[in-house]
Amino acid sequence: MSETRSARHAETGAASQPRRVVVVGGGPAAHRFVEALWRRGMDGLHITVLAEETHAPYDRVALSTALTGEVDLGLGEPLMWREPAIRLVTGERAVRLDLAARCVEGASGEKYAYDDVVLATGSDAVRLPLPGAEHAAVYRTLDDVQWLRSETSRLAAGLGREPHAVVIGGGLLGLEAAGGLQQLGAASTVVNRAGWLMNAQLDQGGGQALGRLISAKGLGIHCGGAPVAIQTDDDGGVTGVALGDGTVLPADLVVFAVGIRPRDELARAAGLEIAPRGGVVISAACETSMPGVWAIGEVASYDGVSMGLVAPANAMAEVCADGILGGVSTFPGFDTATKLKLSGVEVASFGDALAETEGSLEIVYADPARGLYQKLVVTDDARTLLGGIFVGDAAPYSALRPLLGRELPAEPGAYLSSAGGGDAPPSELPDDVILCSCNNVTAGACRSAVHGLGTDGSEGEPALDMPSLKACSRAGTQCGSCVPMLKKLLDSELTKAGRTVPKGICEHFAMSRPELFEAIQALDLASFQEILLRFGASEEAKAGHGCDICKPAIGSILATQRGEYVLDGGRGTLQDTNDRALANMQRNGTYSVVPRIPGGEITPQKLAVIAQVAEQFGLYVKLTGALRIDLFGARLEQLPEIWKILVEAGFESGQAYGKALRNVKSCVGSTWCRFGVQDSVAMAIDLELRYRGLRAPHKFKMGVSGCARECAEARSKDVGVIATDQGWNLYVGGNGGFQPAHAQLLAQDLDGPTLIRYIDRYLMYYIRTADRMQRTARWMDDLEGGLDHVRDVVIDDSLGIAADLEAAMARHVEHYEDEWAATLKDPDRLRRFRSFVNAPDAADQSIVLVEERGQRRPATQEEIDAGAARVGLGAVIPVRVPTGPAPGSLED
Amino acid sequence: MTELILQRPAPSSTRWAAVCRLDDLEECWGEAALVGREQIALFRLPGDQVHAVGNIDPRTRAAVMARGIVGSRGSLATIASPLHKEVYDLASGACLSGGEGLGAYPVRCVDGVVEVCIAA
Repeated sequence: MSETRSARHAETGAASQPRRVVVVGGGPAAHRFVEALWRRGMDGLHITVLAEETHAPYDRVALSTALTGEVDLGLGEPLMWREPAIRLVTGERAVRLDLAARCVEGASGEKYAYDDVVLATGSDAVRLPLPGAEHAAVYRTLDDVQWLRSETSRLAAGLGREPHAVVIGGGLLGLEAAGGLQQLGAASTVVNRAGWLMNAQLDQGGGQALGRLISAKGLGIHCGGAPVAIQTDDDGGVTGVALGDGTVLPADLVVFAVGIRPRDELARAAGLEIAPRGGVVISAACETSMPGVWAIGEVASYDGVSMGLVAPANAMAEVCADGILGGVSTFPGFDTATKLKLSGVEVASFGDALAETEGSLEIVYADPARGLYQKLVVTDDARTLLGGIFVGDAAPYSALRPLLGRELPAEPGAYLSSAGGGDAPPSELPDDVILCSCNNVTAGACRSAVHGLGTDGSEGEPALDMPSLKACSRAGTQCGSCVPMLKKLLDSELTKAGRTVPKGICEHFAMSRPELFEAIQALDLASFQEILLRFGASEEAKAGHGCDICKPAIGSILATQRGEYVLDGGRGTLQDTNDRALANMQRNGTYSVVPRIPGGEITPQKLAVIAQVAEQFGLYVKLTGALRIDLFGARLEQLPEIWKILVEAGFESGQAYGKALRNVKSCVGSTWCRFGVQDSVAMAIDLELRYRGLRAPHKFKMGVSGCARECAEARSKDVGVIATDQGWNLYVGGNGGFQPAHAQLLAQDLDGPTLIRYIDRYLMYYIRTADRMQRTARWMDDLEGGLDHVRDVVIDDSLGIAADLEAAMARHVEHYEDEWAATLKDPDRLRRFRSFVNAPDAADQSIVLVEERGQRRPATQEEIDAGAARVGLGAVIPVRVPTGPAPGSLED
Repeated sequence: MTELILQRPAPSSTRWAAVCRLDDLEECWGEAALVGREQIALFRLPGDQVHAVGNIDPRTRAAVMARGIVGSRGSLATIASPLHKEVYDLASGACLSGGEGLGAYPVRCVDGVVEVCIAA
């Protein structure tokens, strides 16, 4: 097949004679097809599109939005239609396909010669053969929709009341039409011959639940009765719809939405093979029975089925474009998953929703009171997902659909809302899920990289560790928040491939962070060099310098265990970007400064100091999400001057740069609030002052709410405290960020000292046993026994280490010293904040700032290229000359 | 003290520029230096080896390379960008994770003074 196609391509590929492709039809499939060719470049191609409607191709899927307003449903880029090698002939109906002469004849009489012809004539809306059917409208094209809009307002004006609209057909399209007509001001009723709505996609339970939801929205529903006639008055005006049971529904407007009939007349007349139920028979490559004739979209019949859905039409269009260019891609078959677009009603159906697979099991949860119906269809061993139906709450749908045909990672029932919070159990990420949203890398691409497969299927070096996986997939190289998920994926792929998962943190250490923590503590090691020589993974590692993975990890362990100033004793060189400067590096190499504001409580005098600093140093000011104030744009050499002012005013480091406690967020509590039951601000300040500066495997946050209203959002924190009448409830393991998690209740109604004791134990246990860069939620996920285990250790002291953990925390509290105050006291420490070794106070001239909304921000590369004005930098300070020879060579 | 730390053949249109004293540099703690109009990142490794590479991070154009973490990959001494953690070979400046490299400058130490070879 591929040879013949390539040969054909070669035959017509000469530049002098472009290959002529004629597309019959102007719907979304035609559009997608043309776009697919256009995007690949139009070299050697000429495309003619014959569109019957007078519009350029538009988005039929969004028709219901056009019903209620003037919207532009134009598809894709208008630019495409200006391409000289693409000719769009609107208002031209193809009347004959002449296979012998290889041309398409238009109603205008023009003949369009082709090398390839693509039939994309779509389908017609079916009108039931009823008496009076000619007076009914259909819901299919933009013209139909525009007619319905004007007709509804004409009727409303003429009748002086809301017009009655009856939509025949209770499928997806019918419901959308009825919903749209209702929005236009008509009283809409849906008539469906089957016993329930959307019977092609939903089972009885689902259809009935949907019916209740739709009724609640004020739409009329008649199921189980076929219409027998459309009644009209003498002038041909519609008056009602008669049903088989004798009922007559009053109607001023009747719309058919009962399905599609492929428009295969051209193909039939030309003698192409037609499917028994209509539609041009195509192969998986979208070729018809005649070489050079292709069919895509609703006119095509694949495996005996024509489908009125957009996704398969798009897929066919892509396959066909590829085939015409000599490719060999094939249509994967119909994906019938559907989601109803009707405001406020959630319906999803996918896979074998009606459980037609032999031996399949159905797990159903129905709550008619809440209008909820959820069902999963699984194989007879209850493992593999075959399909499902969600009515009322389709939240699990998007997570489940990619798992179709795969083994479910958890009990099927766990995915239904009945299981409680509705949080889907943790599962292996499907290939098409975006894992790294910064660089738009899917889980599948990362898996391929692990196995050394390029996205184009090429084979290369497998990526067996994090650095190489990050380098070749580009995942995790931007904001880094997906790194833990990437690591899990890597481990799981390596395990599946039968490789041992290196638990070592990097090439220099074959140990995990918890193992290193224990070992360093047991031997009381204090320097990286000692640790590397003792535990280095190989002779080469021992001879090396460590790396950006193991150095900060060990720096953090030493900080926790020794509680000493983090930049002393050679430990400065271990610190990660932000810890190194005790500030947060921003994209242009400047830093942001975050003073600690415990509990979010601050005096006006201190606020004024922050304002003064910002003004004096030209810093950009932004409130953080953690009740603090961030001052951006400080250069390295300015940090000590800034902190001198802040420390004198009583501020201390907020450790916004450290893998450490960030802040303790609180609401105003019982001091002011009329609902508060405890003093949440005082508790938050106590906690913040206790745990400030505590280094951990990852940053951590706390929150304290003064009552169950939870204004401090404590349950989104690693440690959340919520006041009760009797004391405090303690929640653990919550976080926001990339993978949000709700904190879980660890203990209830605690008094203050017990609360603090439990938090001491919890945090220290976390710090000792978590992996690097693992937040509390993921740590608890990975702990065998999870929350119960943590409760055993923290409350019941099942490991007998509670006293140790408390003592470690007591040491931290005792040795705490503000890092910035400590820095300012010591000239050796201050030396680390020089901009240049040979010009300690010179400003980095490469920093370019621009003004925006009254503040300064980094210029973008485009702005720099365009010669943005530099603001905010002082005069250039002359470069200092080092002691030694050749001073003349350092002039600037 | 006169010792040769690292010497590579310098192209003809270059000169040696004195930058700082060797004692100004702490082991494994990078420092930025201004040499003419150029920003250079200096790294002193154990055994008094000194490396000089461009201070501009190729990915972001920010002058931050001196503030990265010194490390090793196999037997190569490396520097990781403090912004997005690309890893560069300190000797050649090549990016080990694939991408634009840093410029590398010949360095020597004369009488305790670190000199970098730059374009004349």
